[in-house]
Amino acid sequence: MTWTIIGHEEAYRIGIDVGGTNTDAALLDSQLNTIHTVKVHTTRDVNEGIVESIRRLLSESRVNPASIRYAMLGTTHCTNAIVERKHLGKVGLIRLGAPATTSIPPQADWDDTLKDAVGTHAYIVNGGYEYDGRTIVDLDEAEVMECFARMKGQVDAIAVCGVFSPVNTAQEKRVEQLAKQVLGENMPVTLSHEIGSIGLLERENASILNGALLKVIAGVVEGFEKALQGFGIHAGVYICQNDGTLMRSQYALAYPILTIACGPTNSIRGAAHLSGLSNALVVDIGGTTTDIGVLAQGFPRQSSAAVEIGGVRTNFRMPDILSIGIGGGTIVRAETAKDLVTVGPDSVGYELLRRGRIFGGDTLTATDVAVKLGRYAWEGGMTEDLDETICRKADEVITRAIEDAIDRMKTSADDVDVVLVGGGSILVAERLEGVARIVRPDYYDAANAIGAALGEVSGETERIYSLDEMTYDEAKEAAKNHAIEQAVLAGADRSTVQIVLAEDIPIAYLPGNALLVKVKAAGRL
Amino acid sequence: MNNKLKQLDEQAVQYIAVGAAVLGTGGGGDPHIGKLMALEAIRKYGPVRVLSPEELADDDLVVPLSMIGAPTVMNEKIPSVQQMAMPLDLIEKELGRKVTAIMPIEVGGGNSLVPVLAAAERGIPILDADAMGRAFPESQMVTFYLDGIDCSPITMADERGNGVLMHAIDGIWEERMARAITIQMGGSASICDYPVSGAQAKQSAIPHTLSLAYDIGKTLFESKDLKQNPIEALLEQLHGYALFQGKAVDIRRRTEGGFTKGEAVFEGTDACRDRMMRLFFQNEFLLATEEGKSLAVTPDLISLLDQDTGMPITTENLKYGARVVAVGFPCDPKWRTPKGLDTVGPQYFGYDVPYVPIEELAGGKGEKL
Repeated sequence: MTWTIIGHEEAYRIGIDVGGTNTDAALLDSQLNTIHTVKVHTTRDVNEGIVESIRRLLSESRVNPASIRYAMLGTTHCTNAIVERKHLGKVGLIRLGAPATTSIPPQADWDDTLKDAVGTHAYIVNGGYEYDGRTIVDLDEAEVMECFARMKGQVDAIAVCGVFSPVNTAQEKRVEQLAKQVLGENMPVTLSHEIGSIGLLERENASILNGALLKVIAGVVEGFEKALQGFGIHAGVYICQNDGTLMRSQYALAYPILTIACGPTNSIRGAAHLSGLSNALVVDIGGTTTDIGVLAQGFPRQSSAAVEIGGVRTNFRMPDILSIGIGGGTIVRAETAKDLVTVGPDSVGYELLRRGRIFGGDTLTATDVAVKLGRYAWEGGMTEDLDETICRKADEVITRAIEDAIDRMKTSADDVDVVLVGGGSILVAERLEGVARIVRPDYYDAANAIGAALGEVSGETERIYSLDEMTYDEAKEAAKNHAIEQAVLAGADRSTVQIVLAEDIPIAYLPGNALLVKVKAAGRL
Repeated sequence: MNNKLKQLDEQAVQYIAVGAAVLGTGGGGDPHIGKLMALEAIRKYGPVRVLSPEELADDDLVVPLSMIGAPTVMNEKIPSVQQMAMPLDLIEKELGRKVTAIMPIEVGGGNSLVPVLAAAERGIPILDADAMGRAFPESQMVTFYLDGIDCSPITMADERGNGVLMHAIDGIWEERMARAITIQMGGSASICDYPVSGAQAKQSAIPHTLSLAYDIGKTLFESKDLKQNPIEALLEQLHGYALFQGKAVDIRRRTEGGFTKGEAVFEGTDACRDRMMRLFFQNEFLLATEEGKSLAVTPDLISLLDQDTGMPITTENLKYGARVVAVGFPCDPKWRTPKGLDTVGPQYFGYDVPYVPIEELAGGKGEKL
């Protein structure tokens, strides 16, 4: 039995996840219990959908807006801006690389539409470090300032990317000062060591895109804060990152690129919370696709492959997601002559409630099959006319496709636990091959918004250590301490900070036992 | 396969980058940087002429140009334009004559496309040949070494403008000295070794390997459009063998002397259900076994391909759950001589198994999936 303290008002938090089709919102209490969730269509002006979701959340839950302490937003704004090449700012780039790196100029693998949108104000100047932090050549400050003078009036933001800046940040920081000196204190500057890891071109690309997105994120944050104020909500505002953690809105204003692809991550985090599991596969079945991610120690497993955004190769972390074309609206076709049933890959999508057979429509969908087989009792669903043999065959195909996808994402031959989320999760049978347990948490169709609301903040570090100079344990310890400090800096409560990921990679073809160590720490707000 | 490559344009570079990753047998570094360097050079100077070894004059001067060091470093400290020219300049100065063609020292991995920039800039052709026919980790692991060709003069350069001219008594000493200099140069350096005459190149280099990489890349790209199984198409084209089809269930890596060593275990799927394969690697895949019996042994080529796309998977990117087809190809006959096997055979890498050619291990089956 818990005591309710009279006069102590609950501190709520809301999470909003803006996806391509739906905007989901969730209200959680201070113990992170879900109080209420809503789903609205994502509008052309994304902010309208956000406002509508908050309005419904408040009116349906009747929670006092003044008692909401935290508001979290995960959104596709930035991804869309890059993919559509819209609303992007012009960016001036300084690469601290010469005399090295001249064989591949900046933006070499960009297509013309993106170059037009972001501009081509890129310079390679003297600078850079070796992998062990030794200086290759010193900065030539006059040269840097001359580049900035040439950019004057041409660019909205500056990006700086130096060779091995994740190992030694000094030159990038000095160039930031010079940029402010020449272009004014208000000129935003993105430093690559704060954006990405080892891999110059990928980090440089991400840094330029970050600069190009500053106006986009400013609009998002302003719109969100205004909407909250309009409802009388005076909360700390946070934006979701693609690694499953949050950043303060003020911090997000400087690092918009980190919001890319936070949607799948939010679903995985939400599923972890709702199920209470920290190691499992998360199977998120929507209207059109099934997205499978891996939950490892409470966080999504990251993809090791280079990630392309809008055709540009970057190296920041994205969750490792396998998508297959099975969803609630997936179309089922039966060729009676050949005794053959096929499933998808096309879907009726959001038109399910109009076109699905159980709703009186003309198209047999995966949802119709699930309801016919008694997986879900859909009130008023008309199942009498559906052919049971066809439904059984379709169900076999669907189940096998999901089982096969689960097997592909497993990390060992052992059976795994599966958390089912998303509106389409009614498709899945009681048992799946290779699965130990299927967990279907409450609020399964708002896991993404709940994931957004969860509120852990993180810090990470990636450095190369020489094991000739220190032991393996000392190197890991140094990296861990640095990551913890980064998490605290991002707003985490120090007493709750934990190491959530630690990995090391020996660097090939290099004697001297160089070790690349990546560590990530996260803690509660 | 009979149409030899005549010139390198942007399309050819894209194909070779993928083919080189297959021939890299899991190692050799990502061809991405080499590819971007080559594309940039072709945009600036136009396509580069490709010379078939038969077209060489006996007194041509053919010089291999490559990068030595850690691919991780090269991905961050990208080479400078001057750095790619300097080792050639030093060779010309030492020998008192012009380089007439440049060649890749290894066709596998990142070094396959490294010579393109210098060739484009100088307006000289690139030779359709290399000295490995795959990727190997050390400088002496080249056919020139097997044929007793002098590796000197050896020249190296960093991005600062430092250049080194060395004379080594053999490839093993070259490896020791060059590796030490590479560390001082920041972990990645450009290098020319084994400058050879046209006659020597014709006699000792492995011919038409750029064409081979091109054909492999083209097949993998085109299979996607033709909706054919890319792996079957590749095996047919290369007279290769499907060793195993399965899923990575255990991967162990450790570092020794700057090399990533380890082994991976695969659980069979489809036709290979209920079988297990072990794959041993040291930057490159070197030995595949099943129940203690060899399926393929270095220096024969072992590559891992993605089951669906046929795209190559490296030892660094191999992860749990990867669905792969392991394929094997016969190496160049030069590697199967006693000296060849002393240099790159299983014993050299510390595996206590005899070398048996892949054709015999497969029982001449030419196994299909």
